[in-house]
Amino acid sequence: MVKKIKNLKEFSLSNDRFEGANLMCPGCSHNIIVREVLNATDDPVIVATATGCLEVCTAVYPKTSWDVSWIHIGFENAAVAAATVSAAYEVMKKKGKLPPATQKMVDEGKEPKIVAFAGDGGTYDIGFQSLSGAFERGHNFMYVCLDNEVYANTGGQRSSSTPIGASTTTSPAGSVSYGEKMMKKSMVEIMADHGAPYVAQVSPSKWKDLVKKVQKGFEVYGPVYINAQSACTTEWKHAPEDTIEVSDLGVDSCVWPLYEIINERDEHGIIYSTKLNITYRPKKKIPVEEYLAAQPRFRHLFKPENRHIIDLWQKAVDARWEYLQRREEAGV
Amino acid sequence: MAKKYELNEVEVWDGNMAAAHALRQAQVDILAAYPITPSTPIVQNYSKFLADGYVDGEFIMVESEHSAMSGCVAASAAGVRAATATSSQGFALMVEVLYQASGMRLPIVLTVVNRALAAPLNVNGDHSDMYLGRDAGWINLCSYNPQEAYDLTLMAFKIGEDLNVRLPVMVHQDGFICSHTAQNVRPLQDEEAQEFVGEYKPVNSMLDVANPVTHGVQTEEDWHFEHKARQHHDLMNSVSVIKKVFAEFKDRTGREYDLVYTYKMDDADVAIFALGTTVESAQIAADQMREKGIKAGVVSLRVFRPFPFNEVAEALSNVKAIAAMDRSAPGGTFGALFNEISASLMAHGKKPVVLNYIYGLGGRDTTINMLKEVYEDLDKCAKAGEAVVPLQQFIGLRGPKLSFY
Repeated sequence: MVKKIKNLKEFSLSNDRFEGANLMCPGCSHNIIVREVLNATDDPVIVATATGCLEVCTAVYPKTSWDVSWIHIGFENAAVAAATVSAAYEVMKKKGKLPPATQKMVDEGKEPKIVAFAGDGGTYDIGFQSLSGAFERGHNFMYVCLDNEVYANTGGQRSSSTPIGASTTTSPAGSVSYGEKMMKKSMVEIMADHGAPYVAQVSPSKWKDLVKKVQKGFEVYGPVYINAQSACTTEWKHAPEDTIEVSDLGVDSCVWPLYEIINERDEHGIIYSTKLNITYRPKKKIPVEEYLAAQPRFRHLFKPENRHIIDLWQKAVDARWEYLQRREEAGV
Repeated sequence: MAKKYELNEVEVWDGNMAAAHALRQAQVDILAAYPITPSTPIVQNYSKFLADGYVDGEFIMVESEHSAMSGCVAASAAGVRAATATSSQGFALMVEVLYQASGMRLPIVLTVVNRALAAPLNVNGDHSDMYLGRDAGWINLCSYNPQEAYDLTLMAFKIGEDLNVRLPVMVHQDGFICSHTAQNVRPLQDEEAQEFVGEYKPVNSMLDVANPVTHGVQTEEDWHFEHKARQHHDLMNSVSVIKKVFAEFKDRTGREYDLVYTYKMDDADVAIFALGTTVESAQIAADQMREKGIKAGVVSLRVFRPFPFNEVAEALSNVKAIAAMDRSAPGGTFGALFNEISASLMAHGKKPVVLNYIYGLGGRDTTINMLKEVYEDLDKCAKAGEAVVPLQQFIGLRGPKLSFY
């Protein structure tokens, strides 16, 4: 059942099923994203979370910040956890053995939404196998990657989501290094190529866009991947109060383009149409430099000997933005 | 509703088929598995049962054993009956999640077809995988033949799911010698088996959306110790439930199980203590030794964890010399059975000679003659009243003899 949301005030006053009483850093985007995802629906929600900031800050015995059923198993298995809860739900529904309160909700058209949350370490790296397997098998669940481009929970090590030039604790900038050497992995396209019915990239600063995409994801049957930009005050080293501004800089510079990929299938499961839609176009595309300048993790790039990395960044972002526009135009 | 599988009074099943039928009869809701020799036929057989309408639940062929056990953990937390099967490297890949399954108190059943661990890669039977998981906080049941693999798998559900236990259970059988050797098995009919195992009783089900529950919390130095202590407490105390379930099973089938298995131990002077299919070979060797006037017996475990500390000492109380047979590379010390049997005897004030034999690694055949030689060693020690052979010997090994101490 799609929830109707009129405005931000109403949205922000939704009954929280994820409590603000948790141990996350002030200014952390994870909190904002998780609230936005859970508030996108009034249906029951069941959550699986990978080991990471979100997990260690929200379920420290004997307390919990979760007012929904929640499970954490390990770092690398949030996808299979959510997928198997989904399978268990379907088996019990088929057998007519759902708990009575759940059955009542289902009868009212409120199917439980099963959501996995994991960081980029648990998604791009150690959890990738489990994620790929669960998507290939086609389970009905949503996977949200809280992408802060670093292993924040373990103290800021590089992941395969860390962008080039970022200084992390395992790719530090130094007298002979500009920091991280590799480009960020293209997770959105990789997940779309699994044939998932719906894949999207979102930013917590564009809450309407995020909520609309999450609602679309809840409406399709099958695995849904949402890549959420999660500015990290601790590891991106910006001030806590600048989280939304940094997020906006990412979106308006097209470093973090907002788009969706829809794979439509026929009744045999054959994909007959793949469409990429850009869901937000900056009125004025700002230079990447402004985005980088807002985050001390890139501070060293502004030294003369590292300026070429900023040029490289701009080229890479432009090429990618061009690519997305071409795909959108071609309807593929 | 799943179809009833027409079974004969006596079926000819190998260990894998026996385990697969037990899983089918338990009407597992989620079976998440990944293939690995020699346990693969369990999930193949199960898939065929599903394809032919004999199973109502779901079989999820995941992309690794890590995901197989993770899937079982999630399904069990979701409030449904979950099980899987594995061996060797697959078991090793599961280890992280084995600890999570027991720590989260989820009554998953894992049928383990025991196989060596690489390197070198080897597909044949030994107990390396069983030993790898022995501290994982699971109940471990041991079978020696397909009948027992079937019986113990059915009982595993009833033991693990008991509300006073709520712990996962492994059922072990030897790779190939049990898993791939067809023997007579007397199964229960489907309705009898289902009545015995009973309906699954969900606890803290994630699917009950009216009662949200948080599974898999974090605890640090303030609470972790208490959680692990409680888990150990309940694992140690599961003995009473295990005995109760064994008794109920005996009432239903006439087949008797106990924590410790003994053969001709009433008057035995010397005993072989082993696990798995070697137990049956040792019985033949014991009979042949008795023809030569040596009072030989055999002892084994049905329940490797919780370790039946008192019962082991009791079974060995009048023996003069014992061979603790460990089918796993001991990695720089004595084998686990040697250590645990010795501790049990010492605590009970008994001082027989205890020898440690490492045997059968990677599926090396262990013959009746080899076991008779072990009894000869034991007889010499029993007569001398002390160890007159090395304390640790590798048997069935090519090249020069290997022994220590």
